[in-house]
Amino acid sequence: MMPKLNASNAVAALMCAALILLPVYSAATGNIFILTLFTRITIYALAAASLNLIMGYGGMMSFGHAAYLGIGGYAVGILAAEGIGSGFIQWPVALVVSALFALLIGALSLRTRGVYFIMITLAFAQMAYYVASALSRYGGDDGLTVYKRSDFAGLINLSDRNQFYYLCLACLFGGLYLIWRIVNSRFGLVVQGVRSNEQRMQAIGFHANRYRLVCFVIAGTICGLAGALLANNTDFVSPAVMYWTRSGDLMVMVILGGMGSLFGPVVGAIVYLLLEELLSQFTEFSGLILGPVLLLIVLFARGGIMGLLGRMRRG
Amino acid sequence: MAEPLLRVDSLVRRYGGIAATDNLSMEVIPGELHAIIGPNGAGKTTLISQLTGQVMPNSGTIYFAGRDVTSLPSYTRSRLGLARSFQITSLLKDFSAIDNVALAAQAHDGHSFRFWGNARKERHLRDTARAALERVGLGQRADIVVSQLSHGEQRELELAVALATKPQLLLLDEPMAGLGVTESARMVALLKELRKEVTIVLVEHDMEAVFALADRITVLVYGRVIACDVPDAIRKHEEVKRAYLGEQHAVTRHD
Repeated sequence: MMPKLNASNAVAALMCAALILLPVYSAATGNIFILTLFTRITIYALAAASLNLIMGYGGMMSFGHAAYLGIGGYAVGILAAEGIGSGFIQWPVALVVSALFALLIGALSLRTRGVYFIMITLAFAQMAYYVASALSRYGGDDGLTVYKRSDFAGLINLSDRNQFYYLCLACLFGGLYLIWRIVNSRFGLVVQGVRSNEQRMQAIGFHANRYRLVCFVIAGTICGLAGALLANNTDFVSPAVMYWTRSGDLMVMVILGGMGSLFGPVVGAIVYLLLEELLSQFTEFSGLILGPVLLLIVLFARGGIMGLLGRMRRG
Repeated sequence: MAEPLLRVDSLVRRYGGIAATDNLSMEVIPGELHAIIGPNGAGKTTLISQLTGQVMPNSGTIYFAGRDVTSLPSYTRSRLGLARSFQITSLLKDFSAIDNVALAAQAHDGHSFRFWGNARKERHLRDTARAALERVGLGQRADIVVSQLSHGEQRELELAVALATKPQLLLLDEPMAGLGVTESARMVALLKELRKEVTIVLVEHDMEAVFALADRITVLVYGRVIACDVPDAIRKHEEVKRAYLGEQHAVTRHD
């Protein structure tokens, strides 16, 4: 089946092309800053895409998703500090620990719904934040410097700007492809069905929470990967990555771009982080503008930017 | 008499001081269409919800196909072959009609921890779903999103979803609720067909439909069974007439 030709798909295709060609532009113009900025954007886009899997498709409003960014990051940072520099060890550990943490949070928080679910996920993320702050051996409040980026035995050099960017982009596209497959699979339909009408899904024979929990763990794992990338990108990881405002940023990216739309979180991350960057050049109070923009989106474009584009036929 | 498919034994469900189900016992025999009637507030929906596991009883036992299912969750009972339709339509509103039915088929086709293949392209699930839709007369409406379907069509879809789980026992909670005359007639015709294949418990206010369809009728008043018999006997039953039929008959006609 060919994807439908409409504005939102056109934007998604253009966006992917632009992201792929960005290093070429950067090299041609000597604009290194834009490459650094977009490396960060792709990492956050991956994190937002993973949040979209549970929030947009699964209807689980997790307000603690940044915890996995920190866990993935600390897995890399702590192993590096202990002299284990191989990415083949660091990254799987980052994924596994994120998955286990998601399993723990999910098993407890998915007993609740609505506001309570939001509060419990928030509480767990804050707990992770305070635990990281208390890790005096690994920098405590001040955070942990990663002196050497993950080593992939010469396969890829993460210290090379272009290679690292393409690695981040590959992770983003890989993550999006995985999410796309999941969303259309049996499993994905069940998760979306539970979002739509849990009682009905139970009545036709689905143990709803089991599916929600697995979905929650998948999303946490993908976000853990984003965390591992982020620690390598900034050569640093600190408790601040897990602070609740960062979880809020991720939620905003998803809502801004379009919940339950595959490319929505990518659009959201690009728009949000670009706006933040641009506005910070003019004013210290970028939130003064970002806030109203978000309000307008929520009030007038329920499906976010992608939803808005989707309604334009063949735009 | 055959071994009952469903046996309810001294079921009690209280809400505060009110017993919505008050020491209720009843049996459903395989192959019959068993109607449950009673005035508003008699506890019919509460009973159905206990049978399917959405509501847990305070005491009493429910046996289904010889097995005690009283404490089993609703998804397990569904797997055992108990299906229900909801009085207030309960569907996946943002899914297409065929997706709703295909998910019901999927629920009874192994586990759904399959993350890769496109579920909408699984031929046998789609075929089962399409057959169920054809069955209830929605074959032409398969790809319409539920929220775009008319009320009558949504009632029919409820039935298709229940059918797709291949139930042994179908619990229908007022399938005629809110339907017009022609839609009601279609539903009655449909139930007449279905009853040949599956045991049905029918909760319904439409007396014409109930008396046309039922093999046996149980009458509930304030959560208690006041009578259980064949339609002719129920019609003549003094207590039933007093409690229910007299005043209710006129108001529930749809004309």
